[in-house]
Amino acid sequence: MKRDPHHFSAAARLLHWLMAVLIVTMLFVGVGMVSTVSRLHDTLLALHRPLGVALLVLVVIRLAVRLTRGTPPLPDDMPRWQHAAAKASHYVLYAMMFAMPLIGWSMLSAGGYPVVLAPGVQLPPIAPHDVALYAWLRAAHTWVGLALYATILLHLSAALFHALIRRDGVFASMTRGQRRA
Amino acid sequence: MTRPTICVPCRLAAIAVAVGGAAAAFAWTAGWLTPARLTAPRIIDTFETSYGVHPGYRRNHAKGLCVEGWFDSNGNGAQVSRAAVFAPQTRTPVIGRFAIPGSNPSAPDASIPIRSFALLFQQHDGEQWRTGMNSAPLFSVRTPAAFYQQLVASKPEPATGKPDPAKLDAFYRAHPDSQPFRQWVGAHPPSSSFANTAFYSVNAFIATDAAGNAHAVRWEVVPDAQYAPETADEKTQPDFLSQDLDARLAAGPLRWHLVLTVAAPGDPTDDATRAWPATRERIDAGTLVVQQASAQRIGQCRDVNYDPTVLPDGLKPSNDPLLAARSAAYAVSFNRRTREEATGAAAQPDGDLHR
Repeated sequence: MKRDPHHFSAAARLLHWLMAVLIVTMLFVGVGMVSTVSRLHDTLLALHRPLGVALLVLVVIRLAVRLTRGTPPLPDDMPRWQHAAAKASHYVLYAMMFAMPLIGWSMLSAGGYPVVLAPGVQLPPIAPHDVALYAWLRAAHTWVGLALYATILLHLSAALFHALIRRDGVFASMTRGQRRA
Repeated sequence: MTRPTICVPCRLAAIAVAVGGAAAAFAWTAGWLTPARLTAPRIIDTFETSYGVHPGYRRNHAKGLCVEGWFDSNGNGAQVSRAAVFAPQTRTPVIGRFAIPGSNPSAPDASIPIRSFALLFQQHDGEQWRTGMNSAPLFSVRTPAAFYQQLVASKPEPATGKPDPAKLDAFYRAHPDSQPFRQWVGAHPPSSSFANTAFYSVNAFIATDAAGNAHAVRWEVVPDAQYAPETADEKTQPDFLSQDLDARLAAGPLRWHLVLTVAAPGDPTDDATRAWPATRERIDAGTLVVQQASAQRIGQCRDVNYDPTVLPDGLKPSNDPLLAARSAAYAVSFNRRTREEATGAAAQPDGDLHR
């Protein structure tokens, strides 16, 4: 089968949109659960950990797909700084997608919490019980989470700019495959 | 394909609306747009403004000490819960903490008629059961909102250092469900020791047995040591509770029976201000043994957040609205005091004589 040069692979598109929904859900769950004192707190907390582990598994698969299937090129008429910004933002997004679940898992470990995914299902600690380490990781979890949401908003702005202003096919490269003639 | 001719500024505006809306929804969820909403940080902020910040210490139940011991299960608890801690002939290590309520880590012991006992049962399968118990079986309020209002009404006046009696009265009049708690405290003078005090889970929980049946339960630890009231002499000694505990532990371990009370259908599980009838089934699940104590700045309990929703398979939170609020607020307290440990703002063990 000939590779479509203008669109992300079907696997990449599926992973992108699935993770987009899950990550945005996760970030809302995260900021919601640390503020609310309602019973929603327990529900959101119970959702946060298994979802985080699922996202860690997904980003590993996604990186493998990206490295093996590649990405379509950006339009040649885009300014150089926009090429650079696009590339940098993708590196940053991948770094944060890996970092968030790993920080969360090690943070719970350092805080001495059992990492319970579901009743009777738990993960081993990946950091020593050390509250000073916990404090740094806990702060990092907040700040990287906020940075991730800000980067997602930038990414969304850029995607919509391609879709609505430049109309250059970059948005379509993630929304569909090649149309048959 | 023909494209609709929508003006470029209109399309830019559409992008701004989409991205701005996403940002606003996030800010609203985080509570940044609604400062009047009751949040966990707001509860802890109120403790800090009322009672000051004592770096490194819990924001409530600040004065306490660490203990270590174990729980010997006799297997009776397995009737209602499949948690490993209740399996027959099982010994589970326990990290505990005795404390008195309040934010001041050097408050005189006799200044408050309530004590608390927190436990972390470290099951052999890696799961944990954490519980924070009080020496009163009931709580003064039913909801997080009422707790917050009580906290505000109890704020010490700058002139006297004590709450304004008029504000407290107004709170109690507006919250008649605080009556049973206040009557209980009035009828039960504080005891002379942590060791002769019973401690209660206050909130209800749902236990699940091996067959998957759910049972609403509350638990308590009932001391082997006989109750004796606080003496006049003890009331003058700010740290008599820790001194007494050290003296008793020097003579040998201290014991409590862990008793599960099982609700009947219709008993409230969402109202910590109401007792269940005294006729309810009581299951003696085994013996809690406390073997040694240490100052909280150096003991194992220092680094534990006794979040009552950290539960093993076989126990889970009930619909009591206080439980989620306790979990959320304790986490904020833990985050702040561990940050103080990490940045060196916390008091160091050597310079700290108080427990």
